[in-house]
Amino acid sequence: MSLFNFFRGRSAPIARERLQILLAHERNAGSHSDLLGVLREEILAVIGRHVSIDPDRVQIKMDRGKSVSTLAVDIEIPNRDHVSGGAPRYSSLTFEPGRDLVRMRGSGI
Amino acid sequence: MAQVLVVTSGKGGVGKTTSTAALGAALAHDGTKVVVIDFDVGLRNLDLVMGAERRVVFDLINVINGVAKLPQALIRDRRLESLHLLPASQTRDKDALTEDGVAKVIDELREKFDWIICDSPAGIERGATLAMRYADAAIIVTNPEVSSVRDSDRIIGLLDSKTVKAERGERIDKHLLITRYSSSRAARGEMLSIDDVLEILSTPLLGIIPESQEVLRASNVGSPVTLSNPLSAPACAYFDAARRLKGEQISMSVPSENRGIFNRLFARKAA
Repeated sequence: MSLFNFFRGRSAPIARERLQILLAHERNAGSHSDLLGVLREEILAVIGRHVSIDPDRVQIKMDRGKSVSTLAVDIEIPNRDHVSGGAPRYSSLTFEPGRDLVRMRGSGI
Repeated sequence: MAQVLVVTSGKGGVGKTTSTAALGAALAHDGTKVVVIDFDVGLRNLDLVMGAERRVVFDLINVINGVAKLPQALIRDRRLESLHLLPASQTRDKDALTEDGVAKVIDELREKFDWIICDSPAGIERGATLAMRYADAAIIVTNPEVSSVRDSDRIIGLLDSKTVKAERGERIDKHLLITRYSSSRAARGEMLSIDDVLEILSTPLLGIIPESQEVLRASNVGSPVTLSNPLSAPACAYFDAARRLKGEQISMSVPSENRGIFNRLFARKAA
């Protein structure tokens, strides 16, 4: 067996490593598998009490990183001053659980 | 006190039904009363693997619906009289399997048997969750392969949250049964080793069943491998696993394929 074949044959360590990484993520997600869905509903309810929003113009996404995961919530709020024309104005909420920090930016609120 | 076991895996084709039949026969070998139940409604196969496919009259759903009494649906094995089969329905709607219905059947079986082994369907749908629902202990059948290990991990999570025992705050005993294992391929680094799988799933090991042509041969002839060729390597591994279930301490050996072939030749000469 050539050296190339020797290393090529040893695919089990790759399987093992891939599983360890994958399962670490899946076990975390398992306890709150629909976290994004729940967050979406609750955030919409809170914001909806104060401003009218279009549920279709809401984007929620989560990026899982090693030490910090980020949750990005983009909610488009129609601006009463600009009924038509002009650049769309956004308000955006960024929540980063790892740093326990909530930032808000935007001009619509 | 009856023990209710679920044989489960998440992934299909890893050997749940084969293992249910083989362990059922191994446990019943000394006259211990064992019933194996097929929970795969619509796709039953335990009857076929046990060689009882032509003897099915009533099934689990019939009993749940009150169409038949439990003793009418139970099929006694022709080779081992303490081994019984409760087949699944082949045609009816899966929704006929109800939580209360399954609870009643299992309670009734607890009066009559020492071991009740529930053969779970693949997946995490109703049949699978009901098969594990009332279990005291679970056997998780895993192949040393990535998709099987991942699905086993998922099933372990469900066992710890969706069973009656887990909901009561009790611990459900979990045992890992690694099937289709090839020690030579693992030694060459071509297959996840036993240690790899145990480390990833951190679940106690019940047994290691080697990859063997005897397993296919047993299903071809409709006999649990522990009955069709009790001296073969997989059968020995299943017998050891059954003894561990009964609480015996047996050292874990990694059976090799060669031993199986040797034993087969030996068994033929002896016969």
